Amino acid sequence: MNLTPEQIDVRLDKILLKVQKPGRYVGGELNQVVKPWDSVAARVALIFPDIYDLGLPNLGLAILYDQINRRADALAERAYAPWMDMEAEMRAAGIPLYALESKHKLLDFDILAFTLPYETLYTNVLNILDLAGLPIRSSDRDGTYPLVIAGGHAAFNPEPMAPFIDAFVVGEGEEVIHDIIDAYNAWKTSRQPREALWTRLARIDGVYVPRLYAVDYNPDGTPQPARKLDPAAALPVLKRIVAQLPRPVTRLLVPSVDIVHNRIAIEIMRGCTRGCRFCQAGMITRPVRERPVQEILDTIEEALNQTGFEEVALLSLSSSDYTHVGELVRAVSERFGDRKISVALPSLRIESFSVELMDGLKQLRPGGGFTLAPEAATERMREVINKPISTTQLLETAREIFAHGWTTIKLYFMIGHPEETLEDVQAIIDTCRMVLAEGRRHHGGRVKIHAGVSTFIPKAHTPFQWVSCDTVEQIRQKQSLLRGALRGAGFKLTWVAPEVTLLEAWLSRGDRRTADVIEKAWQLGAKFDAWQDQYRYELWVSAFEACGLDPYFYSHRARPLDEVLPWNHISSAVRPSFLKEEFARSRSGQLRSDCRDQCFACGILPKFNDIRVKTPAEAWKCPPVIRRRPPARPAEAAAMAAERDLP
Amino acid sequence: MTVETLTRYRIHYQRGSELRYVGNLDMQLGWERTLRRARLPVAFSQGFNPRPRFHMASALPLGFTSNCEIFDLWLNHALDAQEVASKLQHSAPPGLLIDDAAVIPLNLPALQTLVSAAEYRAIVREMPPDLDLARAVSEILAAAELPRVWRSKPYNLRPLIFALQMDAPEGGWPVLVMRLSAREGATGRPEEVLSALGLDPTAARVTRVQLVLNETHNEL
Repeated sequence: MNLTPEQIDVRLDKILLKVQKPGRYVGGELNQVVKPWDSVAARVALIFPDIYDLGLPNLGLAILYDQINRRADALAERAYAPWMDMEAEMRAAGIPLYALESKHKLLDFDILAFTLPYETLYTNVLNILDLAGLPIRSSDRDGTYPLVIAGGHAAFNPEPMAPFIDAFVVGEGEEVIHDIIDAYNAWKTSRQPREALWTRLARIDGVYVPRLYAVDYNPDGTPQPARKLDPAAALPVLKRIVAQLPRPVTRLLVPSVDIVHNRIAIEIMRGCTRGCRFCQAGMITRPVRERPVQEILDTIEEALNQTGFEEVALLSLSSSDYTHVGELVRAVSERFGDRKISVALPSLRIESFSVELMDGLKQLRPGGGFTLAPEAATERMREVINKPISTTQLLETAREIFAHGWTTIKLYFMIGHPEETLEDVQAIIDTCRMVLAEGRRHHGGRVKIHAGVSTFIPKAHTPFQWVSCDTVEQIRQKQSLLRGALRGAGFKLTWVAPEVTLLEAWLSRGDRRTADVIEKAWQLGAKFDAWQDQYRYELWVSAFEACGLDPYFYSHRARPLDEVLPWNHISSAVRPSFLKEEFARSRSGQLRSDCRDQCFACGILPKFNDIRVKTPAEAWKCPPVIRRRPPARPAEAAAMAAERDLP
Repeated sequence: MTVETLTRYRIHYQRGSELRYVGNLDMQLGWERTLRRARLPVAFSQGFNPRPRFHMASALPLGFTSNCEIFDLWLNHALDAQEVASKLQHSAPPGLLIDDAAVIPLNLPALQTLVSAAEYRAIVREMPPDLDLARAVSEILAAAELPRVWRSKPYNLRPLIFALQMDAPEGGWPVLVMRLSAREGATGRPEEVLSALGLDPTAARVTRVQLVLNETHNEL
């Protein structure tokens, strides 16, 4: 397996014509950066653990690629998971996994950096390590192997992957990646033993080095609090954030073969102030930070010139909440209206203003349908999840959408919310029918309602992290109700197989012992679990069995509020007591309003006060915290009132 | 504001090894993006979903390089052909090399219909030990019929081969030059010729060296 880039090239030549879409495996795209291999101290391979088509557009990796390659002392190249046919050819030809830019095998790199945006990529990570010729467990890798790091949303519960990854990044990567490279370079120059690298990494804010922590378990299987084994290790590990969004990447890679999301993606805002209780992204990406309109416009211009892409996506968790969204839409339409591009503005709120916004982009062909995400259909459920949108408001918005000429509306719902009953599910059906009826009044039989109904998973670091998933029987019952009713002309229903939901629940709620299950499942042949046609539920069931663990312990058990959760030693900066309070409020059906107007002390501000004070208010959207004055004494109040009443 | 003058350009270009695994549809998309980056006043087709107006002469099979590709482009303004060529080169992806551009009459027939034959040069980088290549070549040329199956359809390869000969070896490897029919519905494939000769097509490096248009008819 010890091949040079030239030898890999020669062997590739012999197999590429035998596989589907060989263009995925050769690199050479426009805007690729190839630095001389020996000109730098640190070589980083950025890895998306699924195929090229899905990995290339990943914005997080695009940012890191740009950040690292700007450094004079480091280079970044890319690798993706080869599809099955290519993997088989590579294994047969003895080709180890290599990076696309220079064709160096991954073993030649200093750092392998995985992004973990979702949990169903875990077996692919193991497979990639194996294809690259690395032992999959950190404890089996000595100093001759590259450092293996990982980050992304799934790293907020790193425990299921802890034995395979040397260091996790918790939070945002733009700044911490430089700290990691600096620490790596300093360690390399120092010629210290590998243990010294762990300590150096652990000293970096936002870096979690699992081997520096021990986790023990109670007889009932619940975890005890993690203990740190090294004074340098932080407990808890606080996520890393950037105070202000760095300038977006404009020199995006332009693939030479067609892939799904061929577009310029620009983050207009990071974080969300709405506080939907099921939403992990809304909790872990706080605080809200916005980008200036001018910067977005300049980015579009520059990126169009650099890529020639025909589509721009303006991304955020809740675009309607972007302070200058109206101005942005007007300016984009004015400046790029004649460029024959399309501009997408997803994640709009259910209100007529959203229709105005989309209408403003009409010249820029903003895709086919109009998407709304009510998530729940009864008032009670909406109070539980804290997404208060009345059905009247939904129908009014739908009417506006149809009146403006759209004939397709996508409605996103979720089943399995805590305390949900069949009546709440029936309400999803009723709502879809009402929206369809509304549409037919405008467009007759041409109207299409696409209901996308996913299944709720209680995610780490959310107010629902203690609750249990619906049982498979409950999910099936709810889905069959939906499938029976949302059929026929005008409706399209998509849903998630309960087995898929289970796996996501196990992997996102797992502890360190779950790692054995992941390894076993991979040994049994599990990979590409995110692909419905590749996912094999029975492998996972046998893997749990082989490891003597009960999968339902992780997914189908309401955890007491005082139980130690596997991710307790990782902090999203949101206080656990805030999450508990939110959980209690959901039980009593109490809403929490948008925290853009008033701070509810989630915990972000005290944790990041030092960088907050240095950041302009228009870039960081937490409102100023106003100390409540003690209530005026009655006599004073009467006097003040009397004063006001004077003519 | 300049007056719109629909102008047609014929562009000759090469496709290097960076683009070997880019299929025809992807190449089309690649051209669209190159045109966008170049900010040329490209003419668009009419209709609900306007497309930039350009034609590519002939699909290049996956895995091949070429130094003789042809591309027709319509612009809304009469720009200097050299300016068009240099703007395209400036915006081109790695592996795409513009040779020249020239203004041609608007009423010439569609490029695809003009191509009658294509010439390929194959470096044979793996020789079966018991194969006498020169003899295999003359046997093929002498054959009246060459029955083969392509995508489970039987056909006769022989009439699609206009010429086939050996050239001076390169880097110690034998070199074959072949001229094959390239009319629509009658396209000879170099990999089929290599297989018919008893060679492994995946071991050969094939370059398209000439596209023969109807008006010209050079002999090998």
